[in-house]
Amino acid sequence: MKILVCLSNVPDTTTKIKLSGDKSAVDMTGVQWVINPWDELALTRALDLKEKSGGKIEKITVITVGESYTEPTIRKALAVGADDAVRINMMPTDDYEVASNIAAYLKDNPYEIVLSGIESSDYNGSAVGGMLAEFLKVPSVSSVSFLDIEGEEPILKREIPGGTETVKVPVPFVAIVQKGIALDPRIPAMRGIMMARKKPLTVVEPTGESAKSTFIEFGMPQPKAKVKMIDPENAGELITLLHEEAKII
Amino acid sequence: MSVIVYTENWDGKFKKSSYELVSYAHAIATELGVETIAVSIGQVADDQLNVLANYGATKVLCAINEKFTVLDNAAYASVIARAAKANNASVVVFANNFTGKAVAPRVAVKLEAGMANSVTALPISFDPFVVPKNISNGKANGKQQINSEIKVISLAQNSFGLKENEGTLTIEAYDAELDDSKFSTQLVEKNTVSGKIILTDAELVVSGGRGMKSPDNWGPIEELASILGAGIACSRPVADEGWRPHSEHVGQTGKVIAPNLYIACGISGAIQHLAGVNSSKVMVAINTDPEAPFFEAADYGILGDVKTVLPQLVEAAKKFKAHQ
Ligand SMILES: Cc1cc2nc3c(=O)[nH]c(=O)nc-3n(C[C@H](O)[C@H](O)[C@H](O)COP(=O)(O)OP(=O)(O)OC[C@H]3O[C@@H](n4cnc5c(N)ncnc54)[C@H](O)[C@@H]3O)c2cc1C
Ligand SMILES: Cc1cc2nc3c(=O)[nH]c(=O)nc-3n(C[C@H](O)[C@H](O)[C@H](O)COP(=O)(O)OP(=O)(O)OC[C@H]3O[C@@H](n4cnc5c(N)ncnc54)[C@H](O)[C@@H]3O)c2cc1C
Repeated sequence: MKILVCLSNVPDTTTKIKLSGDKSAVDMTGVQWVINPWDELALTRALDLKEKSGGKIEKITVITVGESYTEPTIRKALAVGADDAVRINMMPTDDYEVASNIAAYLKDNPYEIVLSGIESSDYNGSAVGGMLAEFLKVPSVSSVSFLDIEGEEPILKREIPGGTETVKVPVPFVAIVQKGIALDPRIPAMRGIMMARKKPLTVVEPTGESAKSTFIEFGMPQPKAKVKMIDPENAGELITLLHEEAKII
Repeated sequence: MSVIVYTENWDGKFKKSSYELVSYAHAIATELGVETIAVSIGQVADDQLNVLANYGATKVLCAINEKFTVLDNAAYASVIARAAKANNASVVVFANNFTGKAVAPRVAVKLEAGMANSVTALPISFDPFVVPKNISNGKANGKQQINSEIKVISLAQNSFGLKENEGTLTIEAYDAELDDSKFSTQLVEKNTVSGKIILTDAELVVSGGRGMKSPDNWGPIEELASILGAGIACSRPVADEGWRPHSEHVGQTGKVIAPNLYIACGISGAIQHLAGVNSSKVMVAINTDPEAPFFEAADYGILGDVKTVLPQLVEAAKKFKAHQ
């Protein structure tokens, strides 16, 4: 059995957003790139499963659709333990393009389990995993907070409003993961970083469909009005204000 | 031509968010001069379905199959995509919630449609089709242009409101022609808590952070929430410490919520926390530190100790409710 983990290369979450002069792009100069937090947890879970599988899971591959500047992020994934990596060499502009290109690659290189994150922290599309499953015509399970393999059968938990459901789907499938899938991401050790340099990172040219959408302009949120301070000795005043001024209770 | 809106039901019932979604779809349909058609999957009584007319739906297509009691992303997507094609849809509208996230992307691929997720308002223009959405967890926003013939969009929670409309609707049984082989998700076990306010649905939320000091101090938060009818949330360290259940954790790595009111008790306001709550309409911060970043994001602030402030809020809320 083989597991593929989709990696989105995103700016570190504490990055201050700057826009280009004409607002047509987000200015990426000086950005610290990281693995999208969900993908990092997906990879961690995949590695845990491989280690306890007694050889049944042969390989964990990571895949990114992106230009060469995404390679340091891909190497980080190799350093924490992924066996090899694929980079589809293009600058995608939407989730449709990302999913279609990963699907095109998978047609000739099938995997039993594909993991993607519920949302990429940059463009917040929440779409790549579901689209990929549809392109591949395989089942998808979303909001997955637990994945295990019992014997030959994968078992998943998904977070539904007010609870969880434990479900099974036949392989191959796409699991779209969120909080819970792993507790803490693995940190690369020195040895891992050394080994990562020698692990295969295959670059392939895109063969999927083009984007269906594009961002035409970016903006910054309206600056908030200054906070209105309430006397802590007379805190009950808040309830009056919420009713009379904010009109929300 | 039509705008198709997927109206999810919960045990055969719609929620306010369903009506918000129909209101939104109808506003788009009106601009385009086309019909608003709802798609409902699973058993829903006619009196429930008829309410959708009050928000602008003129037709509802009801797909019924006993297998629909378990969400199967591929099967649900087949029904909605098929209905969209059959009714010449130009726009397909989803809620950006659990089911929307699971199903909408699959529908987009079936319809060869571009998709915009978590859209915050009506389209800015229709030709070209451009919608506003938040990016980077609300730190910035973008205008996304969809170039495909059909457009799939999901509406950010609590971003449009209800718009009543007079009219009637026709209810049609919809045969999606799905044979059993189209269902592959097998339910093994279901665990839900009943009677609790579901955090992602809650219109008011009271939330506690590390400043609450101990899990034993949550009494006033629970009391305030129960008086106001609010949901309860917490910051990540609080869930990590096991002070509160993980289901209450909000933020970038927890739940993303957009209630009308968010009261943060002893929460510093770290950027990863705000990422999960900054779409709230009104935010209140209670904190002993005047430099706490939450005061910059909040609409109302109380510089004080939760130990003395919360009991005052509980009393005031009790009085307020007694007078209503
Ligand atoms: C400089 C720059 C400019 C960009 N400009 C645009 C733009 O104009 N418009 C636009 O829509 N996007 C743009 N992108 C984003 C890029 O195309 C995204 O990868 C793509 O849009 C998917 O993002 P999403 O938020 O929809 O992903 P989501 O659907 O939220 O991602 C969910 C999951 O899908 C997987 N995934 C997402 N992206 C990738 C990927 N690239 N490779 C492998 N797996 C992935 C991950 O597992 C992720 O957790 C830009 C990116 C950069 C770096
Ligand atoms: C990748 C990443 C993802 C993360 N995701 C999340 C996430 O999803 N959600 C999240 O919440 N955090 C997240 N964090 C953690 C985040 O950075 C903060 O560490 C966290 O939000 C702090 O929680 P807190 O405000 O409860 O605690 P603290 O930062 O310790 O703040 C406690 C606050 O309480 C105040 N206080 C103390 N005593 C009192 C009192 N008696 N009365 C009133 N106020 C008092 C203090 O002044 C302080 O402001 C993430 C971090 C990283 C790196």
